[in-house]
Amino acid sequence: MAEEKIIVFSLNGETYGAPVNQVVSIEKLQVITRVPNAKPFIKGVMNLRGMILPVVDLLQKFEIGQSDIVEATRLAIVESEDVQVALIIDSARDVVSIDGESIEPVPEIAGGVHAKYLKGVAKHEEDLLVLLNLDLILNPDDIEAIKQLEV
Amino acid sequence: MDTNQYLDLFLDESREHLQNMNQGLLELEKSHGNLEIINEIFRSAHTLKGMAGSMGFQNMTELTHQLENILDALRNGELTISTGIIDALFAAADHLEEMVDLITDGNGDNVAIHDIMRQLKNAAGLKQDPVGQTLNESTTNGEAENFVATVMQQAKEQGFNVWQVEVVVRKDCMLKAARAYMVVEIVEQMGEIIQTVPATEALENGEYDTSFTLILITHDDEAAVREKILKVSEIDNVVVNEPETNTKEDSKPNNGSPVAEENKQTQTPSTKNKGKASQTHKTIRVSTQRLDELMNLFEELVIDKGRLEEISRTLKHQELEETVEMISRTSGRLQDIILNLRMEPVEQVFNRFPKMVRSVSRELGKKIELEMVGVDTELDRNVIDEIGDPLVHLIRNSMDHGIETPEVRLGKEKSEVGRITLRAFHRGNHVFIEIEDDGAGINRQKITNKAIEKGLLSEEEAMRLPDNEVYHLMFHSGFSTADKISDISGRGVGLDVVKNKIESLGGSVSVDSEEGKGSLFTIQLPLTLSIISTMLVNVHQETYALPLSSIVETALIEEKDLFKTQGQEMLEYRGRVIPFKRLQDVLSVPGQSIQHNKFIPAIIAQSGKAMTAFAVDQFIGQQEIVIKSLGRYLGNVQPVSGATILGNGQVALILDCASMI
Repeated sequence: MAEEKIIVFSLNGETYGAPVNQVVSIEKLQVITRVPNAKPFIKGVMNLRGMILPVVDLLQKFEIGQSDIVEATRLAIVESEDVQVALIIDSARDVVSIDGESIEPVPEIAGGVHAKYLKGVAKHEEDLLVLLNLDLILNPDDIEAIKQLEV
Repeated sequence: MDTNQYLDLFLDESREHLQNMNQGLLELEKSHGNLEIINEIFRSAHTLKGMAGSMGFQNMTELTHQLENILDALRNGELTISTGIIDALFAAADHLEEMVDLITDGNGDNVAIHDIMRQLKNAAGLKQDPVGQTLNESTTNGEAENFVATVMQQAKEQGFNVWQVEVVVRKDCMLKAARAYMVVEIVEQMGEIIQTVPATEALENGEYDTSFTLILITHDDEAAVREKILKVSEIDNVVVNEPETNTKEDSKPNNGSPVAEENKQTQTPSTKNKGKASQTHKTIRVSTQRLDELMNLFEELVIDKGRLEEISRTLKHQELEETVEMISRTSGRLQDIILNLRMEPVEQVFNRFPKMVRSVSRELGKKIELEMVGVDTELDRNVIDEIGDPLVHLIRNSMDHGIETPEVRLGKEKSEVGRITLRAFHRGNHVFIEIEDDGAGINRQKITNKAIEKGLLSEEEAMRLPDNEVYHLMFHSGFSTADKISDISGRGVGLDVVKNKIESLGGSVSVDSEEGKGSLFTIQLPLTLSIISTMLVNVHQETYALPLSSIVETALIEEKDLFKTQGQEMLEYRGRVIPFKRLQDVLSVPGQSIQHNKFIPAIIAQSGKAMTAFAVDQFIGQQEIVIKSLGRYLGNVQPVSGATILGNGQVALILDCASMI
């Protein structure tokens, strides 16, 4: 079974992972401009080398809390197709290889709103690594409608 | 022959000629055989044939040739215009378009032409080729020359030599095909062959007398070219000349008399084309990609300029200030030029609609006339590229759901022929495109019923909602009220997609209607996509940009001039009473409201006839900003229409005044 390279980062005491090819970079905290009337989990927008990116608080997106934004906060720039956003994280820790077979479905108990945004969980050393499904997280609901028009 | 380099030019020009042809055909149908129009179409077909021939597209050449035959018979009065012929001509044009599309995708002109050829022949009732050979000859000689001439011109401008090479083989040459092949091979190593007489294929089959001619683009000089070709055995002589490109008459003196006659026939077109050609020499084709790059670079410059202005303000160094002032002025002029470069008339998009309306109205069994107004209105090239599909959708929508069948129309004492008006015009910093029909209009009841059924509205809401908001429900996804699903629209993926697309271009779409009289769809688009003049303001810690285009003036308002009606603060402003809104509330900016001492800075904004005063904390000043998209992820975050990067690297949001008024 193919091995997958995963970037491991911590957020709110938990360990999350995202495929290396979907993580563009890890950045230091920048000035975030609040966007009125945006969804609550969008903390605002920032300037990343001339591009304007939305900054997303995963905890709020998953409805399991709210990230504190402090000096040490990092931003993981992730992408899915042509959508790029900055995810608020505590820190990026490691790049690991995970055996595709060792990924298990998200346990029922962990369910809730955010279960659908997760690809599964995998054992990594002593930790339980929660794998994010970035394609779903970065998919605004109306993307399909726009695409249809462009076909 | 390797013609890839000229493919873009070929495709561009083919499209232009096809467009002319389609337009001509539409007019021809209306005017029933106006000779002038037939000539016009003939010219386009002829040029297409020439270009296709020199590019080696066999099917295209054959089809255009057949087209010419019919057109020629028409203008000579051997044939009279009939619906059958017009249909066949349109069908042929469709096939040609298909070929051009295929060629664009790199798939050659592999479109089956057998059926269409028969349709053309049948329509014309032609048994044989009346113009046949003669035209063929004059093609290599005539219009193709225009195309080849353009290529030669370009090559010369780029510092290449262009040689016309006449190769004479020995009379007793045994391997004519092989010799020609070897010559072509050698010549191709030196540069690029843009034309051969006869065609390369014929050459390599040995189908020439004792000499053949090549036109070659190369860096080599005459002597070198000659020498290299002479290395091939059985070659008697090689004559290298500058090619003659000026006029048809002297371009090939050994033409027989039938060709000369043909030349006379096409005299008017050729002079006209020449007129055109001399114009085109003053213009060049630039790929949009390069324009985009230029734009991007310029945007960077504008951002840096902003930074520079900020620095100069803080430093207060006189010389610096003067220089910055100069830079600002130059970049302003530069901006005008660059933006203008990107503007194109909407005609380019509109052009395809008459034909579409014609064919769709037949499909639907309706009689529909399309009127187009303001086709020379200019829009940013990027918008032009994107706006086509939404417009197709809206027009089809009007044809399908708007315009009634002739019987119904007669029953309603309307003219049998339905009318759709496509209108484009400028207003302020926007371009408007309207699609108006005199059809059945929108049935309010039908929409509210559907909305209630879908759970979008309660029955009570449905009663209260003003008409325009009811109509706007049609843009909701999955919303289609067509009674029967037709091929054209009514699948429910229509209007919501149109709306999304237009909004992604920074525009908006609205609809108005009167039942029984018709409906009007209005699309509002930004004039330019990238740079606008704005007023920067502070609201607490936040900075916002308001487009100058919607600002009437800035003012200092005295608290005592404000009064409240129905909970809304109002202001008496130049004899009018207008709403007074605090941006802090509108944008729900966190934090305590600032206590102003006596005067409140405010921006008086206007949208249409409505005006509103927006209170801010501080005016920062006027600034040119580069509009950056917020991307699709954020979704609709009205009143924010975009963002920009300020001199300090931070992001400021651009507000759409219209949506706040």
